[in-house]
Amino acid sequence: MNGPRHLIDILDLTPAEIDGLIARACDIIAHPADYAHLCAGKKLATLFFEPSTRTRLSFEAAMYELGGHVIGFSDAANSSSSKGESVSDTVRVVACYADIIAMRHFKEGAPMVAAMKSPVPIINAGDGGHNHPTQTLTDLLTIWREKGRLDRLTVGFCGDLKFGRTVHSLISALSRYPDIRFVLISPEELKVPSYIKDVLKQKNLEYVQTTDLEAVMPELDILYMTRVQRERFFNEEEYLRLKNSYILTPDKLRTAKRDLSILHPLPRVNEIAVTVADDPRACYFRQALNGKFIRMALILKLLEVE
Amino acid sequence: MTIDSIKNGIVIDHIPAGRSLEIYHYLKLDRVDCSVAILKNVVSEKLGRKDIIKLDEVLDLNYDVLGYLAPDCTVNIIRDGETVEKRHLQLPDRLVGVIACKNPRCITTIEQGLTHIFKLTDRANGIYRCIYCESKA
Repeated sequence: MNGPRHLIDILDLTPAEIDGLIARACDIIAHPADYAHLCAGKKLATLFFEPSTRTRLSFEAAMYELGGHVIGFSDAANSSSSKGESVSDTVRVVACYADIIAMRHFKEGAPMVAAMKSPVPIINAGDGGHNHPTQTLTDLLTIWREKGRLDRLTVGFCGDLKFGRTVHSLISALSRYPDIRFVLISPEELKVPSYIKDVLKQKNLEYVQTTDLEAVMPELDILYMTRVQRERFFNEEEYLRLKNSYILTPDKLRTAKRDLSILHPLPRVNEIAVTVADDPRACYFRQALNGKFIRMALILKLLEVE
Repeated sequence: MTIDSIKNGIVIDHIPAGRSLEIYHYLKLDRVDCSVAILKNVVSEKLGRKDIIKLDEVLDLNYDVLGYLAPDCTVNIIRDGETVEKRHLQLPDRLVGVIACKNPRCITTIEQGLTHIFKLTDRANGIYRCIYCESKA
């Protein structure tokens, strides 16, 4: 007998499966009442060993809108891990009470360890600076809804490309679609890790690395902004030196395409000026809403609810 | 300098010069009861200088470890004074419990009883990555 299906890395899903999730999410948006009771009697456990607002709330909202229930914790201090319990033991226990688990953990690879032991589906809701596949699904749904396609795009990633897990996952996912050109914009210290560049090289995909956002702005169809995250640095001085590397302002957008889509996984701090939100090209609040719909589609898929 | 030829045992040949003690350590040869000879800086036509390890018993060696540390070495199995098998090693696809992940953010740093596992992601350049966090070995 096969074990449960998990989502640890975006590449666990085939492009056809991702297309299916996007189609399901679009159907949920069009016909929400049809989905309101599909998970009645089911429980989602949200195990958040690291603080999160939107990811956790969007998972919870997704399960409630499917008619299911939610249990869990939102801080490692309130969990048995603070007593030294292993991830393996925690998921074995929680699986006794829940039908599906969404886990965020500060250690990279923790959801994979959970999946190795769990009898119920595990969804990686972010593991350190490593992967964040449901944010990637959110990003893909957003690009699909804004552009009507997931191919033939020049996609700029800007900011912290070293620790930004959303960047790593989205690059991996987009690398499977044809005619995607990557523009990687970051300070020298926050360039994408070598394993991501290895993937691009192996697939012979076009990418450029630059430190100059304004120089490449006119080329971009998508601009994916990221926050320099304080929690990823061991050294506060280095964080303070790099946190203001790129700030997107209306002035910098003057040379951008009229149909540019600006994405950001949120929360933003100061890397996008507040006034940019009034620009119709700013998609990040629509993106946050999309996160709920795609997570609804994912929960249905992993629970095998038709 | 000469070492007596062995009647039954294993000769690990073509070890890059200077790596024999590391191999001795990783193969846990300090724990075996048989005789172990380590020859360092032996003149070699192929390598210039090489190391050799000789064991006077046919033991069950961890060839994954050997393949990782010295992928071009040769293992000769000797029985009754004759070479009955010659193995040419290569990089193993996976390394299980051999090396530890150095990424301080990796789950292996805190999870009790979790085996460190690496997979070969780039054979041409000999690159291994942790299966949990994908950091390079």
